[in-house]
Amino acid sequence: MEIQVDMVQDSIGQLCPMPIAFMAKNMKKLEDGQVLEIRADDEGAHADVPAWCEQTGNEFLGEEPVEGYFRYYVRKKVR
Amino acid sequence: MAEDNNKATIVVFSGEMDRVFAALIIATGCAAAGMDTTLFFTFWGLNVIKKGTPIKAQSFLGKMMGIMNRGGINRLNPSRFAFGGMGRILFRKMMRDKNVASLEELLQTVIDLDVCLLACKMSMDVLEISRDDLIPEVDDVVGVATFVKEAANSKVQLFI
Repeated sequence: MEIQVDMVQDSIGQLCPMPIAFMAKNMKKLEDGQVLEIRADDEGAHADVPAWCEQTGNEFLGEEPVEGYFRYYVRKKVR
Repeated sequence: MAEDNNKATIVVFSGEMDRVFAALIIATGCAAAGMDTTLFFTFWGLNVIKKGTPIKAQSFLGKMMGIMNRGGINRLNPSRFAFGGMGRILFRKMMRDKNVASLEELLQTVIDLDVCLLACKMSMDVLEISRDDLIPEVDDVVGVATFVKEAANSKVQLFI
């Protein structure tokens, strides 16, 4: 997946709700339109990352399996 | 990120470890989703936001209650398998082994996410808990009208 990433969040080993809590904190640090990459191995993240995006209006760009974990890409909404 | 009417209000009545876990995790989720989130601690729930130091109660019964029900977030027992205080140690170990955040970490997370922590004045009076017995992060000590005002504008309202 060819995506320009502006920040990487390492949530490997974290369980619910910490990946989402860190995601919310990190998204506040980004500018509108920038992309956050979340690395997580919690299975709940498959549903939770897109659900969080739907709830907050941020754009879920997709997920990508890597060895042992997944990468999720989220673009901050432009207000 | 918060929008109008995008609020969550959770009453934490229980001081049981497992129920408090649920309350703090839901509060984290709501706050992370940009919702203006309030936790209203009442009765046994006050143990979550007590410092855990002995309270300075006036009456005999208040003093006894302060000793029997000392509180502090690290002293909460689970609703089942409490085993007179052993249960919380077992659960803590099981959760740490699974890398689940502890109650202390979750409380710090909701504080970092700007969740509003309110304490119920009436239960504080009954249990003879003063503002100084509560952690400094508690935003205010309030009554039921404040809860109703928050809850009436909330999409998520829970009683735990």
